[in-house]
Amino acid sequence: MNNFTVEANELTRLYGGREAVSNVSFTLSKGQVLGFLGPNGAGKSTTMKMLTGNLAPSNGSVKICGIDMMESPKEAKALIGYLPEMRPLYKELTVDEYLTIAARLHRVSAGSIKKAVEVAKERCGLGHMSKRLIENLSNGYQQRVGIAQAIIHNPMVVILDEPTVGLDPIQIRDIRALIREVGAERSVIISTHILPEVEMVCDHVQIIDKGKLVFNGAIDVLKKHRIGNKLLVGMHNSPSTDEMLKIDGVTEAENVSAGLMRVRFAEDAAPAESIVQAAVKNGWGLYQIAPDQTSLEDVFVQLTYQEQPVAEHTAA
Amino acid sequence: MIINVARKELKSMFASPMGWVILSLLMFSFGTYYLNGVNDYFAVMSGAMRPAERTGVTQFVGQMVYGFASFMVLFAVPLLSMRLISEERRSQTLPFLFSAPISLTEIVMGKFLGLVAFLSILVVFIGLMLSTLNIWADIDFGFIIANSIGLLLMIASFSALGLYFSSMTQQPVIAAILTFIALFALMFLDRFFAGDPSNMLASLSLTRHFQSFSGGLIDTGDIAYFLLFIITFLTLTVRRLDADRLRG
Repeated sequence: MNNFTVEANELTRLYGGREAVSNVSFTLSKGQVLGFLGPNGAGKSTTMKMLTGNLAPSNGSVKICGIDMMESPKEAKALIGYLPEMRPLYKELTVDEYLTIAARLHRVSAGSIKKAVEVAKERCGLGHMSKRLIENLSNGYQQRVGIAQAIIHNPMVVILDEPTVGLDPIQIRDIRALIREVGAERSVIISTHILPEVEMVCDHVQIIDKGKLVFNGAIDVLKKHRIGNKLLVGMHNSPSTDEMLKIDGVTEAENVSAGLMRVRFAEDAAPAESIVQAAVKNGWGLYQIAPDQTSLEDVFVQLTYQEQPVAEHTAA
Repeated sequence: MIINVARKELKSMFASPMGWVILSLLMFSFGTYYLNGVNDYFAVMSGAMRPAERTGVTQFVGQMVYGFASFMVLFAVPLLSMRLISEERRSQTLPFLFSAPISLTEIVMGKFLGLVAFLSILVVFIGLMLSTLNIWADIDFGFIIANSIGLLLMIASFSALGLYFSSMTQQPVIAAILTFIALFALMFLDRFFAGDPSNMLASLSLTRHFQSFSGGLIDTGDIAYFLLFIITFLTLTVRRLDADRLRG
């Protein structure tokens, strides 16, 4: 027995001959938070629908904690909490009524329903909204009700499709904390457009583009992509690139603009100090030296818009 | 699990004014018919001299009320059944049910039973209302029971058909109109074949199968017809929802 909570095996979904998702395989273990990234229409939501049994895959299989979604859907679904992109809220009900129904449908035993509702409300900060009609709640609070509904039965796998959409910054912070908290003991899959969010919340990232998995690995790998071994050096009296190359560890130097130079260095070298010393000695007029970060957006664009094979990186 | 889905449906129905309004309007009209029936009974019976012309008060008033009720549910059921699935489809709440650990059959059965339970309030109230005749007369409870069963089966068949049409569209209004037209056709099918009562199509008519109940007769053949009707449309609904999952 392995202890994977989610196993997706060669998931493929055809819509009238067009492959919305093709050959997506991945696994997720307990205590991991997986971030799903991708441009619009890449197949994020379709994949999530297949994982939760809302959509039958054309090919491939999904296993939740070893239980096949096709063969025994009821048992598999009992282990999942799902918040779809469109919040499935019955707006004519109050928060309490709705969460009670959610608990009941997810087989929370009759005796512990009240407690489950209280706990879910507390975790999502809904305590003072119990008797309000969902219809009258603000967008952000409705989103919280949606999340509360997904975690009410304390599922092994929580799948949230764009959970932080429409929330204010403080709410976003709360929800991210909640996701990390749930992710510590369970598995969480979230999809999002907000790239820094992935860095903050997830420890695993998948980038999906045109239905294909283009990146699948630990967040550290993505971060390395991003930071790279680059320095941005600003000088009033720029030396020539040749002079820069003479410094120990520097492998490459290029002029970005007048007075600004991008320096690449070898994997383990730390040339910053020697650059500063050289600058002082030669009077280059150093006024700025900083790591040159590619923004996460750039990495994302690189990965999704360059035709490149799936980069498989094993988890750290 | 079926019960939980049904409870959810009942809760939604009572959470909106629609349910209450329909219940109260229907009960008001049934009550009016009941009062008229009692008045007419005295008027008619005082003129009927020969024993052959005389009928019991249960049958006289009961036939009026139940006949009217079976006609009124033709309007009430489409209005209530239209929302069951189409509304969920429009507001995209179906994934809530689909991702819960319940099968499609349980979802459909739950919705169906929720609606029937709601409408059976009417059947019970009509039964109670007619039973009050017992204060003045010695009434025929068998007649009331047979009629109640007939009305309940009729309501259940209407609901099953309504549920199916509701699963086919996103627009509750379209579901209501389609349900109404289909029910209307099925109700009055036997009128089209009035000249040829042995015709196959005529025996598909819902009214024809209600007739034996309204006379106070519980016929297993008619019960079987209603049950088959219900099972057919519930199965079609399950298949329609399954197609959603398969085709997306």
